[in-house]
Amino acid sequence: MAIPDNKLAFNDGWQYSPAPESIDHIKVNKKYELFIGGDFVAPVEGKYFDTINPATEEKLSSVGLASTADVDKAVKAARKAFGPWSRLKAAERGKYIYRIARMLQERSREFAAIESLDGGKPIRESRDVDIPLAAAHFFYYAGWADKLEYAFPGRSVRPLGVAGQIIPWNFPMLMASWKIAPALACGNTVVLKPAETTPLTALKLAEVIADAGLPPGVVNIITGAGDTGAAMVNHPDVDKVAFTGSTDVGRIIQKSLAGTNKKYTLELGGKAANIIFADAAIDQAVEGIVNGIFFNQGHVCCAGSRLLVQESVADEVVQKLKDRMETLIVGDPLDKNTDIGAINSPEQLATIESYLAIGQDEGGEMFQSSCPVPDQGYWCRPTIFTGVSQSNRVVQDEIFGPVLAIQTFRTFDEAVSKANNTPYGLSGGIWTDKGAKIFKMTQSIRAGVIWANTFNKFDPTSPFGGYKESGVGREGGLHGLDAYLKLEAQ
Amino acid sequence: MATAAEGKRLAVAKTYKIYIDGKFPRTESGRYFVLEDKKGAVIANICRGSRKDFRNAMVAARAAQGGWAKFSAYLRGQILYRIAEMLEGRREQFIAELVLQGVSARAAEKEVDTSIDRLIYFAGWADKYQQVFSSVNPVSSSHFNFSVLEPTGVVSMLAPETSGLLGLISNIAPTIVGGNTCVVLASESLPLCAISFAEVLHASDVPAGVVNILTGFRSELIEHFASHMDVNAVIFCDGDKETAKAVQEAASINIKHVIRRTDTDWSDQSAQHPYLVRDTQEVKTIWHPIGT
Repeated sequence: MAIPDNKLAFNDGWQYSPAPESIDHIKVNKKYELFIGGDFVAPVEGKYFDTINPATEEKLSSVGLASTADVDKAVKAARKAFGPWSRLKAAERGKYIYRIARMLQERSREFAAIESLDGGKPIRESRDVDIPLAAAHFFYYAGWADKLEYAFPGRSVRPLGVAGQIIPWNFPMLMASWKIAPALACGNTVVLKPAETTPLTALKLAEVIADAGLPPGVVNIITGAGDTGAAMVNHPDVDKVAFTGSTDVGRIIQKSLAGTNKKYTLELGGKAANIIFADAAIDQAVEGIVNGIFFNQGHVCCAGSRLLVQESVADEVVQKLKDRMETLIVGDPLDKNTDIGAINSPEQLATIESYLAIGQDEGGEMFQSSCPVPDQGYWCRPTIFTGVSQSNRVVQDEIFGPVLAIQTFRTFDEAVSKANNTPYGLSGGIWTDKGAKIFKMTQSIRAGVIWANTFNKFDPTSPFGGYKESGVGREGGLHGLDAYLKLEAQ
Repeated sequence: MATAAEGKRLAVAKTYKIYIDGKFPRTESGRYFVLEDKKGAVIANICRGSRKDFRNAMVAARAAQGGWAKFSAYLRGQILYRIAEMLEGRREQFIAELVLQGVSARAAEKEVDTSIDRLIYFAGWADKYQQVFSSVNPVSSSHFNFSVLEPTGVVSMLAPETSGLLGLISNIAPTIVGGNTCVVLASESLPLCAISFAEVLHASDVPAGVVNILTGFRSELIEHFASHMDVNAVIFCDGDKETAKAVQEAASINIKHVIRRTDTDWSDQSAQHPYLVRDTQEVKTIWHPIGT
């Protein structure tokens, strides 16, 4: 069919003036220690590592590198705090968590700016999504603290003890809240490790937790990389491990927990299909595709990184998608006009770029928008691959970048079979105007979160987590409490 | 085996075979082990199932899963009820079989009766657990958002060693009532009722492949039950800590759910609850905009 020639042309004659978020109001220390037992303490071995701004490659701060000895100190502090914290009147426990939520709301602008500085995500997202949702998460679970006996009919519940929590770099503050809030509400104490490239907001959260007057040791935040995480997982006095990250690391963690009685939840990788039927509202669907894969530079485990589009509208959808991609602004994460920020780290950029080469080697046709990108920092233009098949690595592997693999289908059954044909099962998207088709498709997709005529929506009340190799357990909502409780016969 | 006294009829001994895809083949391996009574007399030659048997059963279980999950909750409930009816009708046979394996007459009677009642219990959950465990989630944005349970898929199951019938049923019933299919390794020392139970399943409108039951050596087959790439969850009853560790390690290869059920007194009322159903369910959350 003929494609209408009325492309959006934001770069033609019109230009956005820079609209940078000011950062004169934020406080980032030159150096951060480990938050253990209510105090910031120097790492035992005295080692530190740098965290940089991926948009400028400039150093932001140096943070403590927690060794096995520091992990042990943190777990001991959490263990010591566990008894009194779990015995605290539940309503009072809840009030502490409410305090955290409120103080986060009060300081949300500062947190948003630091999140964008440290991680590279656009300020529009950290301001409107990450930080408000993080505060909402604390607020939601605060209210559960004194209502847990209503959550699991026929069971009585007990906290597990010390939770070791390891979170990724794509949503640092949001993942910290997903982990800490339910753990505390259920009466556990916490040792949390943020990712090594994005430690700052977690350390700022440590300040909030101290300011909120939480008893020392209830939340401990230590920084480091994989070795620190491994020491947490393997510490004999940890009762629960909560991990969000790659499936490969998840496998290692599950294996190393074998033979222990530690409870675990794993939120792992994904390769979600975003399925567009011919009867969908196409313009809305194109927005959904853009949001699905380019949100947070595609550093999203539930990203809609595969597009399945019904053959009869494929040309139209792909053309509209390319036109829309040309309007996306890649650049300064702190600029309020920016759509796609910096790739989180040089390592991740190298991974993404290796997949761009693989995709082309495998015969895929690559299209990238023509937007300029800054000289300094780590950037990847929004990218799509067409002409790829099910066995191609860009179709099967989680790339974790702004790279979309596009395939077509003719029938409903073909869409289902392609959508389910990966080891993952985290999320999926469906675009159609037919209600019955939505329900049939939501039942057919083997994934934990399905967005119908929308994508990448999150809420504290909404359970999140995957099928198959995308993980074990759910976070969020009533179902998310289960991960932090022992259920016993009444 | 029993012999015929003079002038009496010689009883026909039963060949115990395995149950795969709604059929009763012998193990493809041609191997067997001897089940003896307390006095050392041969009760039966039992199939010593192989890795290949397990893989065949997995193919059947996977093929059956989608269709079984699509059965209405009402129908799955009726089929479980039907299993109970069939078991009730063969009550004496199962009691005799337990006694033959060394269970006292009174204990055998209690085990069979409790097994029948347990099937009725889980039959009743078929159209109820969803309402207990699902939710409508009040999200802040303008979306309708709800979470439902779905079967995790194919479950491999190492049945309790010391409870040949009741323990077996207490694990199979909550697994299949939720729309999963399963491949089960029967108790090694008490295998008879498992195969006779397969005959009950076969006569109860349970579609072929929904339950597959093997006999054999746990030590030999456990690795395959835990590591097979198409298993979604492994239920592992009893066993020591080292074996549990091996199962969990092997399961990590594709992030299987590992459900360890140990130290359970299956005869106790507390051994029946809907959380056994929930163990092999996934939570799926669905979002849709509210608008015009």
